Amino acid sequence: MSTPFAKLPGWVEYALIPLVNLAVAFLVAGIVVVFVGENPLEAARIMITGAFGSGEGIGFTLYYATYFILTGLSVAVAFHAGLFNIGAEGQAYVGGIGVAAACLTFDSTMPWYLVFVLASLGSMLFGALWALIPAWLQAYRGSHIVITTIMFNYIASNLMLYMLLNVFKPLGQMAAQSRTFEAGGQLPKLDWLLSIFGLDIGGAPFNFSFLVALVAAFVVWVLIWRTRLGYEMRTMGFQPHAARFAGMKSKRIVVIAMLISGALAGLMALNPIMGDQYRIQQDFVTGAGFVGIAVALMGRSHPVGIVLAAILFGMLYQGGAELSFDMPEITRDMIVVIQGLVILFAGALEHMFRPAITAFFARAGKSRSEAAAGV
Amino acid sequence: MDTNTIVVLLQSTIRVSVPLILTALAGLYAERSGVVDIGLEGKMLAAAFAGAATAAVTGSAITGIGAAMLVSVAFSLVHGYASISQRGDQIVSGTAINFIAAGATVILGQAWFAQGGRTPALSADARLSTYKLPGADAVRDVPVLGPIYSDLLSGHYLLTYFAFAMVPITWWVLYRTRFGLRLRAVGENPGAVDTAGISVVRMRYLAVICGGMLCGLAGAYLSMALANGFVKNMSAGRGFIALAALVFANWKPKNILITCLLFGFLDALSIYSQNADLPIMGSIPDQAIQALPYVLTVILLAGFIGKASPPKASGVPYVKER
Repeated sequence: MSTPFAKLPGWVEYALIPLVNLAVAFLVAGIVVVFVGENPLEAARIMITGAFGSGEGIGFTLYYATYFILTGLSVAVAFHAGLFNIGAEGQAYVGGIGVAAACLTFDSTMPWYLVFVLASLGSMLFGALWALIPAWLQAYRGSHIVITTIMFNYIASNLMLYMLLNVFKPLGQMAAQSRTFEAGGQLPKLDWLLSIFGLDIGGAPFNFSFLVALVAAFVVWVLIWRTRLGYEMRTMGFQPHAARFAGMKSKRIVVIAMLISGALAGLMALNPIMGDQYRIQQDFVTGAGFVGIAVALMGRSHPVGIVLAAILFGMLYQGGAELSFDMPEITRDMIVVIQGLVILFAGALEHMFRPAITAFFARAGKSRSEAAAGV
Repeated sequence: MDTNTIVVLLQSTIRVSVPLILTALAGLYAERSGVVDIGLEGKMLAAAFAGAATAAVTGSAITGIGAAMLVSVAFSLVHGYASISQRGDQIVSGTAINFIAAGATVILGQAWFAQGGRTPALSADARLSTYKLPGADAVRDVPVLGPIYSDLLSGHYLLTYFAFAMVPITWWVLYRTRFGLRLRAVGENPGAVDTAGISVVRMRYLAVICGGMLCGLAGAYLSMALANGFVKNMSAGRGFIALAALVFANWKPKNILITCLLFGFLDALSIYSQNADLPIMGSIPDQAIQALPYVLTVILLAGFIGKASPPKASGVPYVKER
């Protein structure tokens, strides 16, 4: 077989092609805005100033980014092992049990940093548990993980509604949510972090879990590129046969990769439950698990790329909220469209522009060497 | 439970299983050709919007159905281009379609009709009409058989009869025509089909177009028959239930009918039990019944009841040897 794609310089591979894909996604989104009858450039301006124009805007942007860093890492870890975890949404939802259980039990007896340790361990435990069954079924019974994780998302939403109504809901209350936590169940705001730069956080729920997310990103980097397990996972994802011939226990790696993926998704539950709402309520994940897919694809499954992509999506969420005030025609559903377009162009169609770019660089390289030879 | 309750339950079973049957058959065509389609949900939703919007503007149900199918096929072609021509990841492409449809329907609906993402309520002409089987009124008073004929079998939408007819038709197409043989072969062993001089790419595109048309009908049924216009996210996971039904049915048309009726019955039962007290149902939490189709599918996938055997080449892009 001929090699379809010539080797490209690193900056083309890791910067130019993703940026071209992203640009096309936003171009198509711009066309949708034109269809709606608004000016896409004006919309982009409102979004960017809404997201970065004030301390409060930045606080919200980073608050949303916290969700997407963790779910993006979750999806990326599975990607590295060649698994598509479409169930981060459900794993994060179930992970909420761990956070809520720790907070509801200890919020009035322990300081926040102890409750935080229990809550994060609990969230990771429950998230991992929810990923365990699909992982085990994939590894040992050969059922496709994409289908099972989709099913588990729906099972999770029913299970959690049941839990909220029958376990967490205090008597005599209508809404499917728990009581509000005392001080021990509340993570501190990161207002001091922004005030270093002279910014005022205002009412933004930017909280301690952002730092947790950054630590998680670093840990994932170490795991994937600096440990034996990470090496085995990448081999599995790249060439499962090679992994098996090299004596790696592929079934075990599938299960471990999914447990880590589920744990990272579960950890996301800290951000809304302990960092913002101080109670567990219905649908607190609000699609962040699915945004994780877009973030992982855009960030090319690398923690640095994921953090950047997560901040971009945080900007879309915060800027999108501002936008819907100024342009009522463009609701926050626009973000869902952009998310879909990013998944399409950065994921499914990622090779669409590669032949053209490769040809361009091949021609440029040739003319340069001809010029050198001609002297 | 008297006959009347049973007839009411079964009637609503038929009503809610129509979109499941159409969508699961749509998935069947695509997946039997080797293209995994998790974008069924999105296509159904987009079609529901296109159908209701067009029918509301033109006042004609037929144009609405046409628009629904057109939009759904367009989405299918995007999926086809990504997964057949560009050999991209089919799961990723399907996920993208679900999001684009979920967002775009609301944005465009709000921009065009300014009713919070809804389309205007449809007039009688713009909705799908029901069809009374011959002699339905005459035999109503006959005990047992009367209500079954005139209430259960008669008085459904034409699309309902079409959906049920599509099951044997699909079986016939798949197992008794040259097209069907090639379609199944392309999903099992595309290399062999290619060697026989048949274009794998062409077969797969035809299959996703068939799927797109059926999904379009399912969407039109949602917004023009079940409901009276489009509402945000009205497909509400039915595309994924249909996907589950497809897997549960082991990619076979006859089983699809049975599975969709079973899942439809569960849905009907949970709707019914919210309004009326049923003997055993009262003690089972509503959420458990809602989750049952998904749980059953997982159990099937795990190989505890029968063995799921998907088409061998499904999800694998075909690369011609050079």
